[in-house]
This record gives sequence, C-alpha cells and structure tokens, in this order.
Amino acid sequence: MAQVLPAERDLRRVIGDGEGVPDGEVEGLSEDDLLELHRRLVQLRTYDERSLVYHRQGRIGTYAIFWNHEAMQAGSVYALEREDWIFPSYRESAIGLLRGMPASTVLSWWRGHPTGWWNPADWNVASICVPIGTHVPHAAGLAWGKKLRGESACAVAYFGDGATSEGAFHEGANFAAVMRAPLILFCNNNQWAISTPLEAQTAAETLADKAVGYGIPGVRVDGADVLAVYEATREAVTRARAGDGPTFIEAVTYRAAPHATADDPSAYIDPARVEEEKERECLGRYEAYLRRLGLLSDEAAEAVRAEALERMREGIAQAEAEPAPDPALLFSHALASPPASFDQDLAELRRVLGG
Amino acid sequence: MAELTLVEAINDAFHVELERDPDVMVMGEDVGRAGGVFRATAGLRDRFGPDRCVDTPLAEAGILGSAVGLCMAGWRPVCEMQYDAFSYPCLDQLITHVGRYRWRTGGAMEFPLVVRMPYGGGVRAPELHDDSPEAYYVHTPGVKVAIPSTPADAKGLLAAAIRDPDPVVVLEPKLHYRTLRGEVPEGEHVVPLGEARTVREGTDVTLVAYGAMVPLAEAAADALDDEVSTEVLDIRTLKPLDEAALLAAAAKTGRVVIIQEAPRTAGYGAELAAILAEKAMLDLRAPVVRVTGYDVPYPYWQIEDAYMPSVERVVDAARRLLEF
Repeated sequence: MAQVLPAERDLRRVIGDGEGVPDGEVEGLSEDDLLELHRRLVQLRTYDERSLVYHRQGRIGTYAIFWNHEAMQAGSVYALEREDWIFPSYRESAIGLLRGMPASTVLSWWRGHPTGWWNPADWNVASICVPIGTHVPHAAGLAWGKKLRGESACAVAYFGDGATSEGAFHEGANFAAVMRAPLILFCNNNQWAISTPLEAQTAAETLADKAVGYGIPGVRVDGADVLAVYEATREAVTRARAGDGPTFIEAVTYRAAPHATADDPSAYIDPARVEEEKERECLGRYEAYLRRLGLLSDEAAEAVRAEALERMREGIAQAEAEPAPDPALLFSHALASPPASFDQDLAELRRVLGG
Repeated sequence: MAELTLVEAINDAFHVELERDPDVMVMGEDVGRAGGVFRATAGLRDRFGPDRCVDTPLAEAGILGSAVGLCMAGWRPVCEMQYDAFSYPCLDQLITHVGRYRWRTGGAMEFPLVVRMPYGGGVRAPELHDDSPEAYYVHTPGVKVAIPSTPADAKGLLAAAIRDPDPVVVLEPKLHYRTLRGEVPEGEHVVPLGEARTVREGTDVTLVAYGAMVPLAEAAADALDDEVSTEVLDIRTLKPLDEAALLAAAAKTGRVVIIQEAPRTAGYGAELAAILAEKAMLDLRAPVVRVTGYDVPYPYWQIEDAYMPSVERVVDAARRLLEF
C-alpha cells in the first residue's frame, strides 16, 4: 500500500517580523546566495513597476501585474539547475529574466511584436501560457519525457489558485503522479482569480490538500517569504531527482495589485486588506531581513536598483527600436512544411497592400 | 505485398515506424496491455516495452497535453483517442497549444506528434461512438489532417504522419477496420501527405470523397455504370488539400458530387464546394452538390442507415446533375 501523505497545512516561514517572530535561516545558503536572491527580487520588482509605467505611457499593451509575486518566482527558480524547465503562466511572464533572457524579449511579447517569440530550448523556459492551467500537462509531459530519456532534469509549472479548478490542472497533476514525473506543481495562491475569491473557487480547506488525491506531497509556504519558497522548492527538487515524483507547493500570498492593467479591483476587493498586504510585501520583508543580518546597506540596495533600472531602460529601448514586423511573418512559422496556399495568400496580400 | 485488413495495416505501420525510429512512442487509453480496443497497437508493448507503448490515465486532454511536453523532450508521440467523439476533450489542447506552439516559438521548436482515432458510423454502436469530427480538426491552424480509405493508405499515411515535423491528425474509418482487405507493401511504406488519389477515371460525373465514403462512392459508380462514366477522387489528405487534383477531377466532367458523412453545415464538403466555386466556375456544367449527414446528432443505430449517405442518395445526386 502506498502511503497517503497528509498535506502540510501550516505556512512555512523563514523570515521573521523583526519583533516577536524570530528570523530563521536556510541551511546551505551563503551570504552571496542571499544577496543574489535580493538582486533577483529587485530585478523582477523593477520589471513589474516599469512595465506598469510603460503600459500607461502606451508603450506596451495590456499587462498582467505580478507585484508581490516576485518571491515565489525568484525563490523557486533559485532552487533549480539550468537544465531544469520552467513553464510560466502570464503571471510569470518575466521569469526568463532569471535565466538571462533579455528584458526586450519579454517587453516585445507584451508589445505584441514577433521578437517576443523565443526558443524555449535556449532558456529552458516554455512559452508564456495564456489560457489557465493548460500548460500543466506540458510540464508533466516534459518531466516524464526527460525521465524516460534517463536525464536528471525536472520541471516546474506555475499557475494560480483559479487554475486548480481547471481540468487541465487535474489531468496534468494526475499524469505526472502516475508517471512519477519529476515535476513541481507551483501554485501561487494570491486568493483571487480576477474577481473570484478563493472561497468561490474551492471548498477544500487548503489547495495543498488537493495533493493528497494525487498521492503526492502538498506543502504550504508563505509566498511572500523568498527563503521559505526557496527551501520548499529545493526539497521538492530533491524528491523529483530521486525518482519520487511530483510535489505540490501552495505558496500563499495576497494579490495587492489589479489582475491586469485592464482590471479595476475596486469593484470587488477590500482596499484595507490590500493596504495591509502592501505592508508585508515580499521585497520589503526580505530587505528588512538582510538589514537585520547586516548584509544590506542603503548604498548596496541603491546599486542593485540602479542596475535593474538600467536593464529595463536598455530593454524598452531595444524593444521599441524593432522595425514593424513584415506581413510575411503571418505565414512563416505556423508549419514546418507550409502549404502552397500560404505563398498565394501572401502574394495576394502584398498586391492589395501595394507592398 | 501482404493482404491485410485496414486495422492490420495500421498495426503494421506502428511496428515498422517504432522499429525505425527510437523516438517514436505510442500512448493512449488501453493501447498497451490490451493493444487498443480495436487492436491497432497490438504487440507493441511486448516488442518495444511499456515506456514506448504507454497505457495512460483516462484523460484525453492530458494525453495530448503531455504529448506536447514529450515533444519538447525530444519524443515523437502518437496519441490514440479511443473513439471519434471521445476526442473532444483534447480539442482544448489541440486548438490552444498543438496548432500554435511552433508558431509561438518563431518556428524554433517542432511538435511532431500524431493524434489518431477511429471515426464514423455504420457500426451499430452506442451514442458518441459514431461521429465524423474532421471539420473541427481541419479548422484548426497549424495541424494537418489525413483520412485513409484503404489498408495501403492507412499504413502509408500513418507513416507519413509519424515522420512529419508538424502535428498531424489521422482519422481512421472504423467501419472498414476489418471489412476492407487489400494489398499492403511490406516494410517501410509512406504515402505523402497532400496527395489525392484517383480511384477511378471517368468522363461524365465526379464523385469526391474521403475515408469511409470512398468505398461508398465506388459502389455508387458501379451502380451508375450502365448510364454514365464516373470519376472517383479520394481526397486522402484534407489539409493540406491537393487542390490541383480536385480542380482537375472537376474539370474532367464538369459535374461534381461531394460526399461527406459528417453533418452538412460548415462541413469539409463546404470547403471543397467553395474552392470549386472560386476556381472552377468555367469548368462546371452543373451546380456542385453535396451528399452529407444531416444537421442533427448522430442517431440511434436503428435509424443510422437513414442518416448515412447511401448509394441511392449519391446516385440520385449524380442523376440530378446529369439532367441539369
């Protein structure tokens, strides 16, 4: 009989509050690691804040904000090796930056420009999944396929609380569990799916409880605690590489920003609760932690911020310098062996456009 | 040459292709231990192991979705959908990802997967074992669609689908899995995608069909033999279509009957008719007509014969064109 593992319901935390709750530490992380995590958090925060500005300036299109989700992304990716695969949803659109992807690529994606395409194999970062949860089976398949080839790579699929209601999430999680695929199911539970609150999404006490039904471990972490996220992911990666199959991580936070630039949450969200969350947002908490350890000075924080801003300035300049895409791109990449009709269609289009 | 049934020819294609290419794997419901509910995958699990002929959970979207990930890991998965109408849950993955992923990567990544399924009626089966869903698949950009009508083509088109760098959906006429026998080339046999087949030459009227409707068209041509000379064209690959073959077959007789088992409205026959309207008007001597299923749910089997296109309906349509 396989052992049925109860889900961990207590939220794991490492970072204290500087008052009654003491700081913990994560074994094996050096001071350099701690500072690199900070640099990554700042990179993502800066990307997000600048993107909102660029949207308001009309320089990028509709944008899905991930403010206060940075710890979940930076902490989990830091537990991966370069060979491991990342399957982002739109909420993790800039996660490729953590692998060295140029900011211009992601900005171009949000500008609706073809240079926002990337080859997933270049970064081991899959394309951004726009529909909800349908990439979970992809991550399961990739992890399973790597295992079948005798490779050690694992995969992480990122999705939100709403995605756990989708059939694709269920089918992907079940597939991965049955195949004992090296997969981490990373749920960023920010408690809102646009305007639908978690209690309208599920009757389960916790999302981690769903893991029990797949015969896999489920753990809950404070999603605004980058170190807790890192540690939980590292354990899941170790299990995955040991051949013990998937782990479900429920990282709990609260959406302190609109779902996307097209959303006005004042119709449904409690502004006092949002303000409360802003007080405990993930970057500020981590910086306070580093300062308590004496690892972060104002000058160092400013330098990290300046570096991140420069990367964004370069990124948006490069994205905006891209020439308008040629209509031929309509037909270029849909099929490896395109039909003759594509050539006829393009010729007709050029004739009408007078190009 | 061996004399095989249509489903034996499919099984033969699998044995040849899995032997030829170690990246090819088969996955689906009951494909391993049972060898498939129609035995299309019989013997593969024993010969190639449970990792290359995989019994999956009952989850059509999960099968196709994980096949996308398997492609990213370098595999060439062939997914079986147990029945035509059970494939509908996989449409989500097909439309949102399978047909788009290559495009989404700027052509950098290939998704050489195959979805195959038995399709069509006339088999006295319960509801939802009888559908002809080809239009849904054909309408999805980024995927190719083939439907064989003979054992040799069933082997050759499946082999072509497996070797193709793009996603291909293959629908197999289950009515003829065991009722049709034919000569099938042994060993490697590939029928290129995008090439129609002239089944018989004629000068007075052209019957255009695919899959299970091809033998029906041949029977109708036989019935018309005393009156007229009938051309029969087997489309074989619905996308990409062999448009030149369609236009040539239409020009030869100037009278075209399109036969389609699926419901009429916005079916594949409508696309063929539209192409003829756009490009063959001066070659036509009569309107293009369709003989199709009706715009109703596929019926209970005691009246399915009234739903299915029949020799009588095809002959009637041909005569109407000749009298036009």
